[in-house]
Amino acid sequence: MAKTPHDTPLLDELEKGPWPSFVSGLKRLAADDGKPYANMMRDLVGQLEHSYETRMGYWKGGTVSVFGYGGGVIPRFSEAAEKFPASREFHTLRVQPPAGMHYTTDLLRKMCDVWERHGSGLIALHGQSGDIMFQGCSTENVQKAFDELNAEGMGFDLGGAGPALRTSISCVGHARCEHSCYDEVKAHRGIINSFLDEMHRPALPYKFKFKFSGCPNDCSNAIHRSDFAVIGTWRDDMQVDQDEVKAYVAKNGRKQVIDQIIAMCPTRALSLNDDDTMDVDNKSCVRCMHCINAMTKALSPGHDRGVSILIGGKRSLKIGDMMGTVIIPFLKLETEEDYERLRELGETVIEFFAENALEHERVGETIDRIGLANFLTAIGVEVDPNMVSHPRTSSYVRTDDWDEEAAKWHARKGGAKGSVEAAE
Amino acid sequence: MSQATQPRRPVETGVPDPFPLMHPVLKKNYGNWKWHDRPRPGVLHHVSHSGDEVWTVRAGTQRQMDVHTIRKLCDIADTYAEGHVRFTVRSNCEFMVSSFAQVAPLIEQLEAAGFPVGGTGNSVSMISHTQGWLHCDIPGTDASGVVKALMDEIYQEFIHEEMPNRVRITTSCCQINCGGQGDIAINVQYTKPPKINHDLVANVCERPAVVARCPVAAIRPALVNGKPSLEIDEKKCICCGACYPPCPPMQINSVESTKLAIWVGGKHSNARSKPTFHKLVAAGIPNNPPRWPEAAAIVKNILYAYKEDGRPWERVGEWIERIGWPRFFELTDLAFTRHHIDDWRGARRSLNASAHIHF
Repeated sequence: MAKTPHDTPLLDELEKGPWPSFVSGLKRLAADDGKPYANMMRDLVGQLEHSYETRMGYWKGGTVSVFGYGGGVIPRFSEAAEKFPASREFHTLRVQPPAGMHYTTDLLRKMCDVWERHGSGLIALHGQSGDIMFQGCSTENVQKAFDELNAEGMGFDLGGAGPALRTSISCVGHARCEHSCYDEVKAHRGIINSFLDEMHRPALPYKFKFKFSGCPNDCSNAIHRSDFAVIGTWRDDMQVDQDEVKAYVAKNGRKQVIDQIIAMCPTRALSLNDDDTMDVDNKSCVRCMHCINAMTKALSPGHDRGVSILIGGKRSLKIGDMMGTVIIPFLKLETEEDYERLRELGETVIEFFAENALEHERVGETIDRIGLANFLTAIGVEVDPNMVSHPRTSSYVRTDDWDEEAAKWHARKGGAKGSVEAAE
Repeated sequence: MSQATQPRRPVETGVPDPFPLMHPVLKKNYGNWKWHDRPRPGVLHHVSHSGDEVWTVRAGTQRQMDVHTIRKLCDIADTYAEGHVRFTVRSNCEFMVSSFAQVAPLIEQLEAAGFPVGGTGNSVSMISHTQGWLHCDIPGTDASGVVKALMDEIYQEFIHEEMPNRVRITTSCCQINCGGQGDIAINVQYTKPPKINHDLVANVCERPAVVARCPVAAIRPALVNGKPSLEIDEKKCICCGACYPPCPPMQINSVESTKLAIWVGGKHSNARSKPTFHKLVAAGIPNNPPRWPEAAAIVKNILYAYKEDGRPWERVGEWIERIGWPRFFELTDLAFTRHHIDDWRGARRSLNASAHIHF
């Protein structure tokens, strides 16, 4: 038990300085004599120091899971186990956090207790996909830890890993933000909890991520970092409290208002009047949020709220970085039926992805390969000019059915709008 | 697990319901907030249509937390913040209180316990980071260490709001870039093709999948020393490391060849300009633990050039959009090289096809 800790001159350097030190935390755990994880953490610290010395990583994957699930555990076996035997197995349980990442201290303490009993005592809040990362567990204890976390009273479930639906993130939204344009918790839980089979039993061509942001500030980084980004927006006029506009101008001066708000509007939709009230050209406004961010008391989103949906965001592998692109300019989100329509759209896109993507292809790459117009046909969504920055500049296109296609547009414009409506 | 005789079936509960966990003022005013302001760095003040108010104190954490640190946060929340916390996507811990009088004692406790209060408004928030040597199977570096070393150096910018606009820094331990887009990003950049252990390939790797994974079709099946393996056309190889995760015997990392690169101008928000990807500005930076001084120096150089020259509300990318890339390289004293000119698909869109020239 009284095993001498490894010397860690390099890691010790990371105990200096004012920012909270993860190394100090690791060492506290290694020094917890009598705790079941202390030996594991001593060797973990030793292996990490070894990585700092040699500038190489020493973990390999493998297969570890809990009964009934195919994913959610990240297996890690040490390649340096001869030197550091106690941290030979150091698996992570990816656990889905409550939507919006709200906790009581009571729940956090219970989580700590479980992880003291069965794991390493090290928890990352949170991983890049949004999971609570219970880091460091032996193969034997993975099931025990999960059983306690999943039990009545705790109610946690594993998140996604591998070619599967992944754990989602929603911003703080309705809980504490006046910009929020829909009920993020309802959308987040409504969608993810109806596709849990795709999360727990990986069978998709590759990963698939939903993320939820309450407004175009996109605090959950959804447009780039998810396959299906749900971004709150509104389609009527933004709300302007002219008395508050005047108060803002009086406090900050005209020059600041003109330089920092009026002139920074990307579509020149704002104008400061001679009496220090503000005109908004709502038909030109693109809901970028800048003026609303700056004048939180005077300006706010309109009343007719819903979401824009952008599909296909991802990082570089394999064809290069992609932002999600607009697939649904506006979907009203108010009634139960509206939220059900959002869920159905998610289902349609996942089904399309499952059936049509190549192995290890993200849905953005599939769209790139087949063309956006074909993707829209496949999921039953009509074209809309909000989907493009500008129409094509290449003449290499066959247009012999032009009149037919134009007639569809005019019919839609003249007739009743479908379930999915254009922004204006 | 193997010893369990009666395995328990999971209860597929999915995303937990946050309402039983949410601070009561947040729960009561769910969807009914009216406006907010920031009384001081690290503190948000939200006012509801109902007249209710809530103050949020934001504290930085090390993300990878031992149970003792989490319990310390809980103790502070129990005594000073009504027993509730939430976390931001950048691993900051937020404490909500229902009266302004509670803010100062809470801040005092957090700071006394070593948690910096800040990360709001025009500050540099916590650096988002990936797993690194602590837990990843393919890391080129240790993001936790890079983040800790950098946050120590730019600590003052976390606790103050003195930047032109918010600054989001990210790190990633390989070119997959799990850390996401950043105003400034510090990412691993490999510089040599993988070294193949031909003895292991046939047993460990699904060879067709590895061949398919390569973005430039530089990998082909081959027989090496009588064993089925893979070979790389090193003239074609772009050293991206995509083959390494599905085939660990294709080691992409080495002490010498794994370098860091710095990218700038990434932005997730739609405010003013559309979301943008970060762009490469410096590479060949040594992967130098435990404090990565060369990378830190370049990041600070860029950060303080922006602080000095950026106008209010300009994010790093918008600042550069205004002053132009020639001026950026001048102000930061970084070299502009042939490697800055993109040659991947769609590269033509990044070329200047105009007579708009900065002098």
